[in-house]
Amino acid sequence: MALSNEYIKQKLQATFGEDVYGFEEPYGMLTFETKPELNLKLMRFLFDEPALGFQFLTDLTAVHYPAYQGRELAVVYHLHNLVENCRIRFKVFVPIVKPDVFSATKIFEAANWLEREAYDFYGVNFVGHPNLIRIQNVDEMDYFPLRKEYPLEDQTRIDKDDEMFGRGGTFDFGNRHPDGSPMTIPAAEKAE
Amino acid sequence: MSTTEKHITLPEGSIEKTTTKINLGPTHPATHGVFQNILELDGEKIVSAEQTIGYVHRAIEKIAERRPLYQITPLTDRLNYCSSPINNMGWHLTCEKLLGVQTPKRVDYLRVIIMELARIADHLICNSIVGVDAGAYTGFLYLMQYRELIYEIWEQVCGARLTTNIGRIGGFERNFNNIAWEKLDKFLAEYPKALKEFENLFVRNRIFMERTIGAGPISAERALNYGFTGPNLRAAGVDYDVRVHTPYCSYQDFEFNVPTGTTGDCYDRFLVREEEMWESLKIIEQAYRKVQEFKGAEAEVFHADVPEYYLPEKKDVYTKMEALIYHFKIIMGEVDMPPGEVYHAVEGANGELGFYLISDGGRSPYRMHIRRPCFIYYQAYEELVKGSMLSDAIIVMSSLNLIAGEMDG
Repeated sequence: MALSNEYIKQKLQATFGEDVYGFEEPYGMLTFETKPELNLKLMRFLFDEPALGFQFLTDLTAVHYPAYQGRELAVVYHLHNLVENCRIRFKVFVPIVKPDVFSATKIFEAANWLEREAYDFYGVNFVGHPNLIRIQNVDEMDYFPLRKEYPLEDQTRIDKDDEMFGRGGTFDFGNRHPDGSPMTIPAAEKAE
Repeated sequence: MSTTEKHITLPEGSIEKTTTKINLGPTHPATHGVFQNILELDGEKIVSAEQTIGYVHRAIEKIAERRPLYQITPLTDRLNYCSSPINNMGWHLTCEKLLGVQTPKRVDYLRVIIMELARIADHLICNSIVGVDAGAYTGFLYLMQYRELIYEIWEQVCGARLTTNIGRIGGFERNFNNIAWEKLDKFLAEYPKALKEFENLFVRNRIFMERTIGAGPISAERALNYGFTGPNLRAAGVDYDVRVHTPYCSYQDFEFNVPTGTTGDCYDRFLVREEEMWESLKIIEQAYRKVQEFKGAEAEVFHADVPEYYLPEKKDVYTKMEALIYHFKIIMGEVDMPPGEVYHAVEGANGELGFYLISDGGRSPYRMHIRRPCFIYYQAYEELVKGSMLSDAIIVMSSLNLIAGEMDG
């Protein structure tokens, strides 16, 4: 029987109940969320359960959502069941002040460098990682460069309209200035 | 020394056993100037290895967060520069998935031709470099002219050779011209013979076999745990291939085999790449035939009809108002992407190359992450070389086909 998204969802809900939530299927891939303290337990379940068998870690990365109060950093896992050829994605959200996530290196060797990379760029602290040091950047660096507070261009420039050069979406994950105003320049204030 | 004399045996512990640490790279010729391996040696035997990377890190993922889709295209060419069209197509396929663009069959087949040529170009370099690192320069010299020929085909299609920038959302910038087809004819006619000669030079060569058999082996289980994909995984005996498992670009229309090895050592990796080149030739021939079957107006199709995303041809931009408007809108990034997140994987020459794209509905990705196969392979390097000789360290590295541009991202 081919592994269907619905079946995986039922299996997960039967075991973890309310602790897995936010089920979606963007472009056909089952995506869900879990609590940060459960990430390892969930991965172990997905790995060991014969009916699921997600034994291949395709990818692991992090995303920064500055506007999500208390859950600013997302760690995204892509798992693959090679036999059934089924992919899933799950996420855990952690606060930026205490970005602790359990390391998956005990389950997947592949997680080693991927977690180091996520640490290097986003500062996610993978608890239990054997060698959590920077991988792409220099050791002396004391910030995490892929976070959204380090934009590529000088944000104080007003001669450039943000909306015309890259950023400035309609669905901006609430990325706003502290006073609630949008980061893009309103149409009325644009230079003639 | 006469046979009556006795060997002098020193008492146990009188000479301290020490290990030496050396830096293999980053300036060693085999480490491409960017991989540093700190090897701990006991004599010539490797006791431990520590790999450091990051020497060419260019923050492509960060740069992509400020750029509209088309301005990210040139960045993707600079990942695996041995087979840049595959990276390029991978990116455009991801964009098409996000934007919901369907491509016509002829475009798919043309893309397959380009991607398989890229795979051959990549394997050709990798295998001949494995030969060079084993001390055999001849094969490298013999095959290089065919990589050149592949570059000439790309040059006819897009005007560039190395960082091709060949794709567009929906298809190609221009159609294949007659010279491109002629060169492809030439390639299909001549390359099999050259590849056979290359094989004769290496596959049963005693020295080459001694150097590669048993060097850097990995079991299927370990390879999977390490996240290996592509030829390196197949050499360990797992027949996972994205082209077969999750077909894109109409790969399901083609008949080809997925070659596998058994031991996952350097020799098997070499043979798997060798076999894959034959399979790629088979695919190209099939695609070539399929392309020729299109008649009339269909035979001229080289992009999908999506003016809001497809960058118009230059001659149209100069002569047609609509094309100029669309060109301007697309280049300035005035075309919004739908919000959503998408992961799309292609079978790169080196393994599964995946693009993970999160869009917030703006003009550039909210987050773009590239699953780079080289990055995944290199962390297994210590396990592969531990306990083997120093000379094996080089050949293991080249047989993994590590490309610095892709690894550092």
